[in-house]
Amino acid sequence: MGKIEWAMWANEQALASGLILLTGGIVGVAGQFAGWQFAAYGVAAGVFVCLLEYPRGRRAKGTSVERTGQYCLTVCVKAFGPITRNYYVRAFLHAALCVPGGFMLATVLGCVCLGIASLIYLLAAIRGEQWLPILPKTETREKPRESIKEPPQNPPPRPPADLRRKRLEDVEGAAYVNPIPVTGSED
Amino acid sequence: MGNWIIDHGPSALILLVWTGINTFLFVYFYLFYDRGDRFFYTRHIIGSALSWARAPAAVLNFNCLLVLLPVCRNLLSLLRGSFVCCGRSLRKQLDKNLTFHKLVGYMIGLMTAVHTIAHLFNVEWFTRSRQGGFDILSTTLSRLGELENETYLNPVRDPNATPTYVAFTTIGGLTGVIITLALILMITSSMEVIRRSYFEVFWYIHHLFIIFFAGLVIHGAGFHLQETPTNPPHNFTVCKDQPLEWGKVPECPIPQFAGGFPQTWMWVIGPMFLYLCERLLRFIRYLQSVTYRKIIMRPSNVLELQLVKRGFKMEVGQYIFMNCPAISQLEWHPFTMTSAPEEDFFSVHIRSVGDWTEKLIKMLEQLPEGAQGPKMAVDGPFGTASEDVFDYEVSVLVGCGIGVTPFASILKSIWYKFKQSSPKLRTKKIYFYWLCRETHAFEWFADLLQVLEKEMAGRGMEDFLTYNLYLTGWDENHTAHVTVHFDKDTDVVTGLKQKTYYGRPIWDKEFQEIRKENPTSGVGVFLCGPETLAKTLEKKCVKYSDVDPRKTNFYFNKENF
Repeated sequence: MGKIEWAMWANEQALASGLILLTGGIVGVAGQFAGWQFAAYGVAAGVFVCLLEYPRGRRAKGTSVERTGQYCLTVCVKAFGPITRNYYVRAFLHAALCVPGGFMLATVLGCVCLGIASLIYLLAAIRGEQWLPILPKTETREKPRESIKEPPQNPPPRPPADLRRKRLEDVEGAAYVNPIPVTGSED
Repeated sequence: MGNWIIDHGPSALILLVWTGINTFLFVYFYLFYDRGDRFFYTRHIIGSALSWARAPAAVLNFNCLLVLLPVCRNLLSLLRGSFVCCGRSLRKQLDKNLTFHKLVGYMIGLMTAVHTIAHLFNVEWFTRSRQGGFDILSTTLSRLGELENETYLNPVRDPNATPTYVAFTTIGGLTGVIITLALILMITSSMEVIRRSYFEVFWYIHHLFIIFFAGLVIHGAGFHLQETPTNPPHNFTVCKDQPLEWGKVPECPIPQFAGGFPQTWMWVIGPMFLYLCERLLRFIRYLQSVTYRKIIMRPSNVLELQLVKRGFKMEVGQYIFMNCPAISQLEWHPFTMTSAPEEDFFSVHIRSVGDWTEKLIKMLEQLPEGAQGPKMAVDGPFGTASEDVFDYEVSVLVGCGIGVTPFASILKSIWYKFKQSSPKLRTKKIYFYWLCRETHAFEWFADLLQVLEKEMAGRGMEDFLTYNLYLTGWDENHTAHVTVHFDKDTDVVTGLKQKTYYGRPIWDKEFQEIRKENPTSGVGVFLCGPETLAKTLEKKCVKYSDVDPRKTNFYFNKENF
């Protein structure tokens, strides 16, 4: 398991936790359960976690796969700079967010899942990983290379000179076909 | 349309049956708990949340039974072997086992969500009823069991309990939380992103299924769901309106309740046993000895292993799982076999694509000449064989990139069968198309083609195999290289007599050529490559097939190796 980036799994787990917290919160509020205030908190915290975790970070090695439509959120998350880049911050943030969920049954599952996600983020942070945005590479207009601007420096490839020498004793054998068709200049 | 039915018909049928059973179970058990007299009083307290919890539970029982079966690959091989009589398209469904496993997994996830939400309502309402928050009938029902000789209805016994307390102190609640947590971890670690890049995380976390099944079996052992037995007779239609008179009035004795017997174990014990046998079999295979016949390092860091194992029989196009305890005790990795069944050994070509393969190659590079490699265990062979290739007079084989590997096995086998004049081989001509971005890591395949080319030339059979190599990832360096060496007899890239093409094949031209050269044959087209190419080839097969069965007809076969 040498090259694994734990943040990738932490991200999946945190996103799932956000959804579970949100669902538990909605159930608690809709059913007007005792302690529904915690459920309302669950809704808010769940939405926040989902928005934070939806944009996947760029992998250090290998190709990164974006989630559909994550560009806008990537820009937002990136705007917070080191707060969102650093995984220690995320680990402690998730740990703190999950605590109020533990006070009500409907949100307790979301709380535990988020706690686990927090632990995996902590592991990722200890291993020095950080969140980098996946942004499309800015298109730099490729400057046309030198050889297009200048006339060719080398003659077209042809067999070595001694083959091309006129050999009067073997006119047939001296014939050769140009590898690149030669057209006369049109001007 | 006809092709679609042949290709997808059996899968569609299986999906239909599976969905049908799920729907039936859900509706049947929903109505059972929604209408059953035995649960009248329970329903009074928690309403339809009872049925909404029990219906997905039934679907969950069914799907937890199913989920273990598609991953018993040795069992599937056994089935495949015993159903040789049945149509090949039916047996090919066994190759889609992982897709089915995932589908069942998602259903389990979905039903768990519904089941859990329903139980959240249950626990909340049971608790509130116990605290007297609902009507007098509800409170009376919940208080049953307080006295010595009474049985209880409401599983929440303590009036001061909170739903969280109830969840974590009852068998049903505690096991439910634990196994749901295990399920969530299993699902997040099996997302495609994680699986493709960090397979070990997926594999090890997925073993949480042991906790899942253990918890599942005891999940119902708390006897929380109480039903009203018929004895003593308590007529609820009359008695529901006078709860305070129960026990005081002759026609309404105090109702007695009995817990519903847990049933999940009856569903899952069979598959659990089969899976245990499967793991045991893998362990036995692990103990069987495999000897190295030859270890060859090929260009571009490709390792060829020729292995011998007693009693091992393979068919073309099959794959094996390999385990090397010196690298990792628990990991089994799949490899398509590149040898023909006619050979007395089996071989695999291994590229360095990850931790395991890298370590293996490094280990074997350092071995002295002729020495045996580290202990290797082999499980298999698996997969539906591709014997159809031998049935056609003319075969068109198209391999893309890594998809060329099973064709090594096929081409070798065709050549052996031809040399032995095997009656099974009806093939008279083969057109082989090899499409890849670059030949890096496939030089060994070019070597194989060279060997075949030489042998065929030796027998005067140059026409038997026509192969066309298409390099789809060419650039200026390639063109420069080719223009300088244009007059060489063999191809500069592969060293073969037939030259490499650049770019993609123009299939219309190819099909026209094949049709011209084989005016009266049935042509089998086999592809191991991407879906888009499959669609293209399928269209061409239809376009260039003649209505007249005596003339050229193209038959498309998509192989998933």
